[in-house]
Amino acid sequence: MSRFQVVSGKGGTGKTTVAAALALALATEGRRTLLVEVEGRQGIAQLFESDALPYEERRIAVAPGGGEVHALAIDAERALLDYLQMFYKLGSAGRALKKLGAIDFATTIAPGVRDVLLTGKACEAVRRKDKQGRFVYDYVIMDAPPTGRITRFLNVNDEVAGLARIGPIHNQAQAVMRVLKSPETAVHLVTLLEEMPVQETADGIAELRAAELPVGRVVVNMVRPHLLDEDALRTASGGRRKEIAKTLTRAGVKGSAALVRPLVEQAAEHAQRVGLEREQRAVLAGLGLPLAELPLISEGVTPAALNELAEEFRKQGVGDESADAAGQTPGGGNRRGSAGGVVGS
Amino acid sequence: MTPITDVMPGLETDALLDDPGIRIVVCCGSGGVGKTTTAAALGVRAAERGRKVVVLTIDPARRLAQSMGIDRLDNVPRRVEGIEGEGELHAMMLDMKRTFDETVEAHTDAERARAILENPFYQSLSAGFAGTQEYMAMEKLGQLRARDEWDLIVVDTPPSRSALDFLDAPKRLGSFLDGKFIRLLIAPAKIGGRAGMKFLNVGMSMMTGTLGKLLGGQFLRDVQTFVAAMDSMFGGFRTRADATYKLLQAPGTAFLVVATPERDALREAAYFVERLAAEEMPLAGLVLNRVHGSEAARLSEERALAAAENLEAVGIVDQTAGKAGLGDPADPVAATSPEAPESRLSPERSNDPAPEPPQQEPPSHDRTSRSPEPHSSGRKSANLSVPPTQTEADTDVASVADETSADVSVEQLTAGLLRLHAERMQVVAREQHTRDRFTAHHPEVPVTEVAALPGDVHDLSGLRAVGELLATGSAQA
Ligand SMILES: Nc1ncnc2c1ncn2[C@@H]1O[C@H](COP(=O)(O)OP(=O)(O)OP(=O)(O)O)[C@@H](O)[C@H]1O
Ligand SMILES: [Mg+2]
Repeated sequence: MSRFQVVSGKGGTGKTTVAAALALALATEGRRTLLVEVEGRQGIAQLFESDALPYEERRIAVAPGGGEVHALAIDAERALLDYLQMFYKLGSAGRALKKLGAIDFATTIAPGVRDVLLTGKACEAVRRKDKQGRFVYDYVIMDAPPTGRITRFLNVNDEVAGLARIGPIHNQAQAVMRVLKSPETAVHLVTLLEEMPVQETADGIAELRAAELPVGRVVVNMVRPHLLDEDALRTASGGRRKEIAKTLTRAGVKGSAALVRPLVEQAAEHAQRVGLEREQRAVLAGLGLPLAELPLISEGVTPAALNELAEEFRKQGVGDESADAAGQTPGGGNRRGSAGGVVGS
Repeated sequence: MTPITDVMPGLETDALLDDPGIRIVVCCGSGGVGKTTTAAALGVRAAERGRKVVVLTIDPARRLAQSMGIDRLDNVPRRVEGIEGEGELHAMMLDMKRTFDETVEAHTDAERARAILENPFYQSLSAGFAGTQEYMAMEKLGQLRARDEWDLIVVDTPPSRSALDFLDAPKRLGSFLDGKFIRLLIAPAKIGGRAGMKFLNVGMSMMTGTLGKLLGGQFLRDVQTFVAAMDSMFGGFRTRADATYKLLQAPGTAFLVVATPERDALREAAYFVERLAAEEMPLAGLVLNRVHGSEAARLSEERALAAAENLEAVGIVDQTAGKAGLGDPADPVAATSPEAPESRLSPERSNDPAPEPPQQEPPSHDRTSRSPEPHSSGRKSANLSVPPTQTEADTDVASVADETSADVSVEQLTAGLLRLHAERMQVVAREQHTRDRFTAHHPEVPVTEVAALPGDVHDLSGLRAVGELLATGSAQA
C-alpha cells in the first residue's frame, strides 16, 4: 500500500470526508497517519469538530487499537518562509519580504510555485524518519484539490518548468515529482453515482495517466441502499395495486387506497434512480480500477460517523497490501536516494 | 411542506423574467447546487415568454452543452434551436483563456499582444490563477452587455467553492496586476530614488536577488517583461472590472442565489445574501433546488416503518408456510387482519407516534432501524464493493434479481414501498429543518423551489420542465 495517499474528486463529493475516513482506517494496529489539507479551508478541523489547525502537526484522533491520526493544514506562505529560512537563513528579512507582498506574490500568484510548496511539504512528511531511522508516519493522506485541478497540482514539474527553470524551486519540484510518480504515491478519486461526477472521474483518470501519475482507487461515496429491487418495482407499477392497498390496510395503514398511487410513484422514481446508478456503475467498472464504496450517512457526518466509514474501508480491504497492488501504474521507478531540496533533507 | 408559505414570500419568477427593466440575471451559489441548469432553464423560459435572451454558461455538463449546440469552443453566443414562440435564445459557454487572450488583443497593438500571449508567465496566469475564471466571467458579461443586442442576459457563475468568490476574485486579480510588489519589480530604481526609500531599495534588490535565486532568474525576467508589456493595459482592466461591478449594483440587475436544501449550501447562500445587501446589489430571491416532497406525506416516517416491520414479520411466517398467496384462507394474516388491522402492529410499535422520540433524536432512531439495510437489502452495492470481479458481480446480481422477482410476495413489496416512503419522509423532514433555519435568519428573501428530478436535465424539454418548476415553485413551497 502506497505511503502517500492523495484523495481528489469532483467538488462536494466528499473528498475531505473520505480522506479523513481513510486516515482513520489506515491508523489501525498502532500505526500513525498524517492527514493534510492544502486549501486553507480548515475542513479537517470542522470535520473532527476541533479548533482550527495551526501550521503544526498535531494529533486529532485515535483509532481503535491505539493508532493515531495527526493533522496538518499546510499553508503555502508559511512553507515558503520556512523554506527560505532553511536555505538562506533569512531571519527577519523574511518578515520584510512578507510586508512587501513578495511572499504573497510568490505563493498565490505563481500557481506552480504554490503547488510545489504544498506538495513539497507533504512529501517531506512522507519521507521523514525518526532517530531510529523509522518513518515518522506510516501513511500520509492528503485532502487534495478537486479533479479538475489535481493533475496540474501534482504535476508540479511541468508547471514549474515553464516558470522556474533553475534554482532551488526547480530542484524541489524535481524531487517532489520523483515521489509523486513512484509507487509510493496513489491518487484516489471520490465520486457519486451520478453522471457528472462519474464523467469527471473518467476524465481525471485519463489526465492522471497521461501525466504518469499513479492512480489508486475510485471511491464511490454516499451510496444509498436499494430498498426494493427493480423487478419488484416493475411489478408494483403493474397490476398489483389492489393487493398493495389491502396489504397496507392489514399492516395498519389507514386510508390506504389513496396512498397507493403516490407510494408506487415514489417507487418508480426510486427505480429510475437505481437504473441511472446502474449505468454509472457500468461506466466505473469500465475504468479498470479497484473500487471502494462508502454508504450515505443520512444524519450527517459526525466524528462517530467517520469511524463507521473507516470501518467500512477496512471491511473492504482498503489498506491490505495485496488488494492495493493493482492500483499502481508501472513506470515510476525512480526511488529515493537522490532527492534534493527539502524533500531529500 | 406547507409551513414555509406562511413565513417565506414567494419568488415571482415569471414577473422577474417579463420585467423589461431587468437586463441581467446572475445565478450564484456554491458549487454543485445547479446554477448552470437554473441559468439555462431561466433562459429557455424567458425566451419562450418572448424575450431576446443570451445565457452565459460556465462549465456546463457535456450533454447539456451538446443539446443546446454550444459545445463548440468559439467563445461567442450561438442561437439555440427549438425555442417556441417569438423570443430568441442565444447561449455560449465561457472559455476563460480565450476571453483573456481576446481582451489582451483588443486593447493593445498586434505586436505587443503577441509578446504578451507568448510570455510563459502570462500563459500560466491566464490558465491557472485562482480567480481568472471569475474575472473573465465579469469581463464577458461586460462585453455582452456593451453589445446591447439582448433584452436579457442570464449569467451562470464559476464553480467556486464559495459563492462569494465571484464577487471577490476580480478584485484580487486586479489588485495583483496593480500590486505594490509587481510595481516594485518593474521599477525599483524609480522608487529607490525617492528620499527615505533607500532602505527599501536595498531590501528590494536583496529580495529580487533571493526570488531570482529561488525561482530562477528567467522567471523574474518573464514577469518583468510581462508586466512591462501589460503596463498600458492595467488601467483598462481595472476600469472595466469596476464598471462591471457597478453594473451589478444597478437596478437592471437581479441576483438569484441558488442552493440545495443542505446545510453547507444554505450557509453559503446566507453569506451571499448578507454580502449582496452589504454591496447594495439587488437580490431577487433564493432558488431552492432539488427539494424532496411526498404526496403521501400524511403517512409519517414512523408509521410507515412500523407497518413495514409488521409486514416483514409476516413475510417470514409466509415463507415457512410455503409462500401462501394473498387471500389464501390458509394465510393467517389474510384471515384475521381485515377485521382488526390495527392488531397486526407489534406492541412496542404503537400506532401513535407520540410515545416514540424520533423528533428529538432522529440519529439514534435512524441508525438502529436503518443501518442494516445496505447489507441486507442492498445486495448490489455489497457485491460491487468487491473490486476485481466487478463486472461479474454485476451480471450475477442481475440474474439473481430476475430469479427472485417472481417470488416477491405482496407483503415484501408493500414493505419495500413503505421503507422507501419512510426514507423519503426522513429526507423531507431534514430538508425542512435546514430551510427553516435559513428562513429564520432571512425571512425577507423570496423563495422558489425546484423539486428533485430523478434523472439529469440535459435537453430543452428538461430545461422547460425546470423552468415551469421555477415559476410555480413558490406557490407550492
Ligand atoms: N458518506 C457520506 N454520507 C453522508 N454525507 C456525506 C458523506 N460524505 C460526505 N458527506 C457530506 O457531503 C458534504 C461534502 O463533503 P466534503 O466536505 O467531504 O466534500 P469535499 O469533496 O471535500 O467538498 P469540497 O469540494 O467543497 O472540498 C459534507 O456536508 C459532508 O458531510
Ligand atoms: Mg473538501
